[in-house]
Formats: sequence, C-alpha cells, structure tokens
Amino acid sequence: MGTLGVGLGTYLALASILFGVGSVGFLTRRNLLLQLMSIEIMLNSVNLVLVAFNRYRPEGHGGQVLAFFVIAVAAAEAAVGLAILIGLFKLKKSVDSDRADLLRH
Amino acid sequence: MSFSGELLVLICGTAALLSAVGTVALRTPLRAAMSLLAHILSLAGLYLTLNAHLLAVIQMLVYAGAVVVLFVFVIMLIGPSAIGSAPDQRGLVVKTVGAAVIAMTMGSVAMGVSAAGNDIARPDLPVCEDGAAECNQFGGVDALSEAIYVQGAIPFELVSMLLLIAILSAMAVARGAAASEKAAIEKAHLPVRPTVLDPPKSTLEAPSQEAAE
Repeated sequence: MGTLGVGLGTYLALASILFGVGSVGFLTRRNLLLQLMSIEIMLNSVNLVLVAFNRYRPEGHGGQVLAFFVIAVAAAEAAVGLAILIGLFKLKKSVDSDRADLLRH
Repeated sequence: MSFSGELLVLICGTAALLSAVGTVALRTPLRAAMSLLAHILSLAGLYLTLNAHLLAVIQMLVYAGAVVVLFVFVIMLIGPSAIGSAPDQRGLVVKTVGAAVIAMTMGSVAMGVSAAGNDIARPDLPVCEDGAAECNQFGGVDALSEAIYVQGAIPFELVSMLLLIAILSAMAVARGAAASEKAAIEKAHLPVRPTVLDPPKSTLEAPSQEAAE
C-alpha cells in the first residue's frame, strides 16, 4: 500500500462498483444497444478483478490468460448480439427490447 | 508502486467510473459508444498499472478497435431509430428501488474488499538481467504467450472455433431468408423474415400489421 492508499482493495472496489453500474444499466435501459454495452462493462469489470489478483500472485499468468479468453468470448458475444439486434430491427423496425415478444404468446 | 503509478490508478479509475456511468446514462447510442470507448481506454491504463502490458494492448486492439467499431457500425446501419422510443416511465419506483439496492450492495462489497484487500502487500516482480534472452517479464509478450500457448493451448483452439462459429452464426442471423428461399418457407407456413436483398416493397411489413394479427 503506497502513499495514496492504492492497493488490491482499490481495484476490487472499483471493479465491484463498475459491475453494479453495468447491471443497473442492463436492467433499466430498454435500448438493446445500450444493454449490450452494459454487458461489456460487466465483462470488463470481471477482467479487472482477474488481472488485479494476478498481479498480487505473480508466480503464474492464470488470471491474465483467463482475462484474454474473456475478451475473446466478449468479442464473439458482441458479434452475435449485434446480429440478433439487426434481425430484430428488420422484423420490428425498433431496437426496443420490450418489442422482442415473439415467444411471449 | 510509485507515486506516479498510484496517481495513474486514481485518474484512470475515476475516468473508468465516470465513463461507465455515461455509457449507461446517455440517451444517444453514439454518445454512449464513445463513452464506452473512453471506459475501455481507461481500463487499459489500469492494466498498465498492474504490469499487464500485453493485455492492455489486446484490450485496445480488440475492444476499442473491433467491438466499439462494430457498435458504431450497427448504430450507423440502423440510423435515427437507434435512439429508440421515449424513455418509459413505467415502474419508476421499482426501478429506483432496484437501482438503490444494487448500488448499496455493490457499495458495501466495495467497502469490504477495499478494507480487506489494501492490507495485502504488493509482491515485487522478478528483476530482469539487462538483455537476458531467457528473462520472461511478467505480463510481457514472452511470458503471457507462453502461458497461453502452453498451459492454455486447448482452450485457445476452442476459442478460435468459437469465433468462427460466432462469425458464421452472425452472418446467418443477420442475413435472413433470401428471395429464392421464400417459397419453401411460405409453403411450410412459417413466417418469412425480411432481408436486405428483397425489393423495398416486400421487405418490411409495418409494425401495425403485426400488432393487428
């Protein structure tokens, strides 16, 4: 812990707050684009935790390797999610997630 | 960690937090995407303070270079209707209570982990001999690529398969049914999804027709 009080706990606290911001955004916004962006924020906060723990246990690179795979999966998720969004937009002329109710009835 | 390193943590952390709030709160999707870009770049700065140099570069290349560009591309493709309908006021009380509960939970988690975690001493990294070829610097290209390609060789190959399948499925989902495939689908009494290849008249039914059915 340095002079400004930055330590492992700072990174973990920041990551938990970022996860909370992302989950609030995912639950309250009704725009599918913004919901996908909120998912990206949550994935990024998990990555921050993985990298921070890896720095405080520097014998291996497990955390960074896992963060690397999370980044790859997030890229795939964004591609598929945006394709679904375009499909929904062609069908409904809207990016509102409330209008994705084809399976409701 | 040095004083300037800690200063960088505080600056990048504040920037990451503010831009995350901006991404969630801004109404225009393009502004939210730019805010997401700022969030990603400030997280790359935080990775630098954690000696994860290669991961910071990957973060900038993959997220800022690919994912945000994909978002911006889709916003441009969709056009003005990407903004969506007016913000609905339904369940405002429930939303406020839920957001407050999440904020309080995350705040208590943050206070708990910062109190517990700041006592842990930051271990020193092994110091490199200058110019030594076998020196694997922590978080550098040598060490991390060895970890990915030796320990995680099978997951790495699986991820490449996953990306290939994601590309193919994204194409299949976004393409819809072509005009030549329509007859067979209609014969089976399945709804035909419109496609960009169709002539303008038959591409999109008005939403009101669907609602009337």
